[in-house]
Amino acid sequence: MKKVTKEVYLKWYEDMLFWRKFEDKLAAVYIQQKVRGFLHLYNGQEAVLAGTLHAIDPSKDKLITAYRNHVQPIGMGVDPRKVMAELYGKATGTSHGLGGSMHIFSKEHNFYGGHGIVGGQIPLGAGLAFGDKYFETGGVTLCYMGDGAVRQGSLHETFNMAMNWKLPVVFICENNGYAMGTSVERTANHQEIWKLGLGYEMPCGPVDGMNPVKVAEAISEAVERARSGEGPTFLEMKTYRYRGHSMSDAQHYRTKDEVEEYKKIDPITQVLDVIKENNYATEEEIKAMDKRVKDLVKECEQFAEESPFPEKNIMYDVVYDQENYPFLPHKL
Amino acid sequence: MRTIQFREAVCEAMSEEMRTDDTIYLMGEEVAEYNGAYKASKGMLDEFGPKRVIDTPIAELGFAGIAVGSAMNGNRPIVEFMTFNFSLVGIDQIINNAAKIRQMSGGQFNCPIVFRGPTASAGQLAATHSQAFESWYANCPGLKVVVPSNPYDAKGLLKSAIRDNDPVIFMESEQMYGDKGEVPEGEYTIPLGVADIKREGTDVTIVSFGKIIKEAYVAADELAKEGISCEVIDIRTIRPMDYDTIIKSVKKTNRLVILEEAWPFGNVATEITFQVQSQAFDYLDAPVQKINTADTPAPYSPALLKEWLPNSGDVIKAVKKVMYK
Ligand SMILES: Cc1ncc(C[n+]2csc(CCOP(=O)(O)OP(=O)(O)O)c2C)c(N)n1
Ligand SMILES: [Mg+2]
Repeated sequence: MKKVTKEVYLKWYEDMLFWRKFEDKLAAVYIQQKVRGFLHLYNGQEAVLAGTLHAIDPSKDKLITAYRNHVQPIGMGVDPRKVMAELYGKATGTSHGLGGSMHIFSKEHNFYGGHGIVGGQIPLGAGLAFGDKYFETGGVTLCYMGDGAVRQGSLHETFNMAMNWKLPVVFICENNGYAMGTSVERTANHQEIWKLGLGYEMPCGPVDGMNPVKVAEAISEAVERARSGEGPTFLEMKTYRYRGHSMSDAQHYRTKDEVEEYKKIDPITQVLDVIKENNYATEEEIKAMDKRVKDLVKECEQFAEESPFPEKNIMYDVVYDQENYPFLPHKL
Repeated sequence: MRTIQFREAVCEAMSEEMRTDDTIYLMGEEVAEYNGAYKASKGMLDEFGPKRVIDTPIAELGFAGIAVGSAMNGNRPIVEFMTFNFSLVGIDQIINNAAKIRQMSGGQFNCPIVFRGPTASAGQLAATHSQAFESWYANCPGLKVVVPSNPYDAKGLLKSAIRDNDPVIFMESEQMYGDKGEVPEGEYTIPLGVADIKREGTDVTIVSFGKIIKEAYVAADELAKEGISCEVIDIRTIRPMDYDTIIKSVKKTNRLVILEEAWPFGNVATEITFQVQSQAFDYLDAPVQKINTADTPAPYSPALLKEWLPNSGDVIKAVKKVMYK
């Protein structure tokens, strides 16, 4: 694995803080009804992404995940202003306002979505890996899913084939404790999700998903295995989401104390503690990072606010590749 | 009369039937401890306990099939899909098993099961979360398809659906659960397969169903101000379809507009149009008009969604078109 240097810690701090504040901003503008639909935020789970990005080669490796997907593309290099604009439904958004909150995509930055049907992205992830193996690109796909999604048949069918065909894919379950209001304990006869890999003799294991170093170590090993042709790995990231499942969740299924317990091992705080203990940055330098984050979030909001809504014909233009596809007439 | 919400009407129908028939259970994601993603099963876990109000993992194919299997063995399951978009994960069990078991077994097995949950769009939820599959399910022999538009109909129709010995697809809407309407205290049912004339009129027949019918009411009110009298028919059951009520109305008004929130290609409106031209061709004074969504996946952006969805303005234009005004 690449060394976790001072620079890495500083980058982790600034990135994770930005992702956190970006999501907080979305929550705020959602309440103002500038962003609508469902809104699923990533707060608390940032270490999984930060650790991943340290372990992969974003020029050829690919990411695919479910609908909790605003900050992963940003991590992969997508302009955060475009992500914010997508959530506003604006023409400048990543999908010109067609996809919205649950469906961020960026072919340019190897981010393959953004998927709203629980478990639907799991075979897709293996399929991306199939392509990379076929074309011998050396790329590896990182395929994320929730603790709820692992109960879908799609995971089990895909695990079998991915293992049998030794596809270059890393399956990552972000176990944040809950699928909507259903805790992991209530969905299965076992608690250790990583053990699902055992039935397929897929290398697998649990990872502390609140610590980017632990995440980076585990993903590095898995990516190396995939890249060298030895096939998939299944990792269970033990993590936590601070906010509700989406914005309309009263959260009766858990206590405030439980949330507070996890905030004690908050990934951003953990990284900041290392920075301070090792004098990687002065108070002023930390303040400067905080300010940059704040300014960039503001810039994203402003960009989204000021962008125009898409032209109506875009709705028809991108459905088919065929030009002038004959749609049935809509308005009479 | 008392007024209750659509979600309460659904809950009452399920609860009343479960009190009188202990073979019935409710199964689905978040139906028990969470009281339903849209609170349509509020209090049911408390009343009936975890044996009969069952939270499932996110595994639509598995639990749809388990429910069908149990229906072959004496249960009368109610399966909730959090939305019918997700029923696609389990659709194999609905089409290949629930709809076929009776016929393939030469009538040995009944499949008394209700699959219920919200259908169609519900705000800016984009392509995968805004779909209407009424015509898909209604296309399949062996299934019945019911889509109520108000609390009274929802309760009466759901009770009939639960008592029905055949599989019933029962479709609601996230955007209707909060709607209030008059529902009597006492026991009643509404038979499947019977349309309801929601407004009587003489100039134009408007046929619709589900939440989008509200756009027809708005249009009818507007048009009444201009002296155009619309008859609004809520078909309520897509399969079996009450063609007679529609034909009778068309023979009176001689003009038909169909409003359906679904993609336009081969949908419920297409089927009605075919039946009307074959049974009442000589009564039509204008070609039938149908109003649907745009022929594209649902867009997220509010600016586009507004264009994509049918609305009362579209209905008014269509009515004027069939009246040559
Ligand atoms: C096939 C399908 N079924 C149900 C849903 C509704 N739904 C959306 S998210 C969700 C919970 C998923 O939980 P998990 O996989 O743990 O991911 P998390 O939200 O915790 O990130 C459910 C049931 C859906 N989108 N797709
Ligand atoms: Mg989860």
